[in-house]
Amino acid sequence: MGRKLLTEHVNVEGIETFEVYRKHGGYRAVEKALKTMTPEEVVDEVKKSGLRGRGGAGFPTGMKWSFLAKPEGVPRYLVCNADESEPGTFKDRYLMSKLPHLLIEGMIAGSYALGARTSYIYIRGELLYVLRILEKAIAEAYAAGFLGENILGSGYSLDLYVHPGAGAYICGEETALLESLEGKRGNPRNKPPFPAVQGLYARPTVVNNVESIASVVPILNDGGDEYAKLGVGKSTGTKLFSACGHLNKPGIYELELGLPVEEFIYSDEYCGGIWKGRELKAVVAGGSSVPILPKELILKTAAGENRLMTYESLSDGGFVTGTMLGSGGFIAMDETTCIVKNTWNFSRFYHHESCGQCSPCREGTGWLEKVLHRLEHGHGSMHDIDLVVSVAKQIEGNTICPLGEAAAWPVAAAVRHFRDEFEWHVKHPKEATQPGAVYRGAGVLV
Amino acid sequence: MAKITFDGIEVEVPDGTTILNAARKIGGGVVPPAMCYYTPLKGSGGKCRACLVRVAAGSAKDPRPMPKLVASCITPVQDGMVVENTTSPQVLDVRKGIVEMLLINHPLDCPVCDQAGECDLQNFAFEHGVSTTRYEEERRTFEKIDIGPYVQLHMTRCILCYRCVYTADQLTDGRVHGVLGRGDASEIGTYIENIIDNDFSGNVIDVCPVGALTDKTWRFKQRVWFTKPMNAHRECSHEKCNGHVTLWYKGKDVLRVTARKDEYGEVKEWICNECRFDKKETADWIIEGPAHVDRSSVVSQGHYELPVINPQVIADLPESTVRDLQQNPPLKLGGFNG
Ligand SMILES: Cc1cc2nc3c(=O)[nH]c(=O)nc-3n(C[C@H](O)[C@H](O)[C@H](O)COP(=O)(O)O)c2cc1C
Ligand code: SF4
Ligand code: SF4
Ligand code: FES
Repeated sequence: MGRKLLTEHVNVEGIETFEVYRKHGGYRAVEKALKTMTPEEVVDEVKKSGLRGRGGAGFPTGMKWSFLAKPEGVPRYLVCNADESEPGTFKDRYLMSKLPHLLIEGMIAGSYALGARTSYIYIRGELLYVLRILEKAIAEAYAAGFLGENILGSGYSLDLYVHPGAGAYICGEETALLESLEGKRGNPRNKPPFPAVQGLYARPTVVNNVESIASVVPILNDGGDEYAKLGVGKSTGTKLFSACGHLNKPGIYELELGLPVEEFIYSDEYCGGIWKGRELKAVVAGGSSVPILPKELILKTAAGENRLMTYESLSDGGFVTGTMLGSGGFIAMDETTCIVKNTWNFSRFYHHESCGQCSPCREGTGWLEKVLHRLEHGHGSMHDIDLVVSVAKQIEGNTICPLGEAAAWPVAAAVRHFRDEFEWHVKHPKEATQPGAVYRGAGVLV
Repeated sequence: MAKITFDGIEVEVPDGTTILNAARKIGGGVVPPAMCYYTPLKGSGGKCRACLVRVAAGSAKDPRPMPKLVASCITPVQDGMVVENTTSPQVLDVRKGIVEMLLINHPLDCPVCDQAGECDLQNFAFEHGVSTTRYEEERRTFEKIDIGPYVQLHMTRCILCYRCVYTADQLTDGRVHGVLGRGDASEIGTYIENIIDNDFSGNVIDVCPVGALTDKTWRFKQRVWFTKPMNAHRECSHEKCNGHVTLWYKGKDVLRVTARKDEYGEVKEWICNECRFDKKETADWIIEGPAHVDRSSVVSQGHYELPVINPQVIADLPESTVRDLQQNPPLKLGGFNG
């Protein structure tokens, strides 16, 4: 197995406590930063590392940090996005519950780099148990002098708070998160202004994913250049993938970016192949929002090259034959999975989670769900298949926040790659609605 | 100042002006429609997406096109920006889609809706939409709710523009209504049906682009196109209201009182509830003359108002005629016959 930078000590007894974490090299990064580095040098290390945001969009973290506006005398904030609610993605909760001090250490180093004196971890409301773990760890860090006034005698002070949301997926969108953190309804904001200029309480703010912030710790410990040696091309370092679905060994894997997808799925070191000896049918590689790919295209690119677990390789071919790495929620579906049903299920989620501010998303997500429901339940027409593609297109690109795209892409991709299965549902409504019936190509029924 | 090209027309506006307001400076048919933006309301806009335009060149410094269509109501201009609205087939196509989206859950009950004839959604759909729908599902419906003695909320017609929320936020001291719920289940609600009791609550009726918030003192009294709007004013004792209103007459009766609106349907000055709901006698008011109604509006079918002469035409007229016109402007020539 490749190197692990985040989860190396995850199975050590008591690693969630300050004492044990510290014994295993914890808080070295903070010591190094606060005692030997200027904030700019910390930002530079992160830039050198090539770290890309782990929350879904893959934006280079160092660059994001250097964009932060720094007007004189105005507070700035670092906000950790721990809202993790994308179907298929469950890596952040694992990291936080097992290694709370890793996130706290990253928050201290990051806040120091950005000049923030108050920082927040915004956590998904359902993760109450994780919130408790974090609060306990934060109390320990205060007691040990790593939080609060004059940390390690460096003159740098930081307060860190955990704030729970109320369980809305949209509050993971960074500006909705900030609204919610301010105590308002979690509606995404219109941009510009971007958070880097006007974020929390209209102050310059950086919002980063849990894993992005945690990754700062190994980057500072080993140096950005060392971190950048791991991975392939612009996909540097290691990344957590939450693998789920019809796999022999679903779970959370920390991979050096660049592992072939095929190896990830089939190797016994990782997911151990498809369960019950079945065939792989399709994969949603980066959380429910990214385009679904059929087996042939997830294992190999259209050009016949091995698909790798990197940002570039997964998006090779654009949306015609590729997908996205997204947040690392890797959902594998075996041959008995009904793609129409799955697409309807995803669309039900986005319908439920749209904040309802902008008309294409508010009305379009509901419309998509209803037509897909019809198709799945044998009442659809051929025309409905084109209709969902058209409605998805009407949403995509025309909304305030990317939830619109997140709702549209999975539908468009499902029809793009599995059109015959949709048509089969229309042509054979009786068969299609039998419990467990699944189309397997060329009219073959399970 | 920034100079931009909008649909091929150059216009210069102060820095920070939005694309929409730059287009309004040009005026006429190139102005993008706006269903949620409302100049007097801070923070409004960006939601309905009716005003999306294509930015073909971002600025003189960075002439790259913007990757997505942008909401013209909230996007500031940059010097050298090139914007396409009616000249972009993509924009027109997307706008058709927006009409469709806004209508799929709309009851289309115009024949029994008080707003018909002065409804932004009707106009928007008529001008930018298609006349058929692809929506076969059941439409979303809600019960009607009386919010206070004057206002009725018919949520089924609401397009969630948030204007009434901003109005209550910015005009009254203690908003008691807002958006509840999420997605297409969101609704304007007064939590546990709190009553909006405030001197300025009536303004939510004027800002509502559709028939979701209506004036209970006027409901079903008359079709708006059978009434005649007259501008009038009174000495109002309310410190925040200066009593400039439009009275809507049917014969000798004042059927309703509203704030005055500009050509984009935006309220010019907010009015208090006393002026709006309690002063329905001609004797309460000093009449100024017919309110200008856009000739494309069905309300103008009463033909009581002569066309306003184009200023450029006036410039070419002999001086004596101009003086004559000034003393007796065409706006006042219309026959208000009581
Ligand atoms: C609908 C929606 C939900 C999102 N949910 C999350 C989330 O749960 N966690 C997260 O880190 N980012 C989420 N994002 C992405 C954030 O907006 C933002 O890009 C991210 O937190 C930036 O952090 P990063 O640069 O470290 O990846 C979401 C975005 C959208 C549009
Ligand atoms: S795209 Fe959807 S979730 Fe995002 S702001 Fe618009 S309505 Fe809300
Ligand atoms: S009630 Fe009217 S003003 Fe309020 S959000 Fe709905 S449409 Fe807009
Ligand atoms: S008017 Fe611009 S988005 Fe509604």
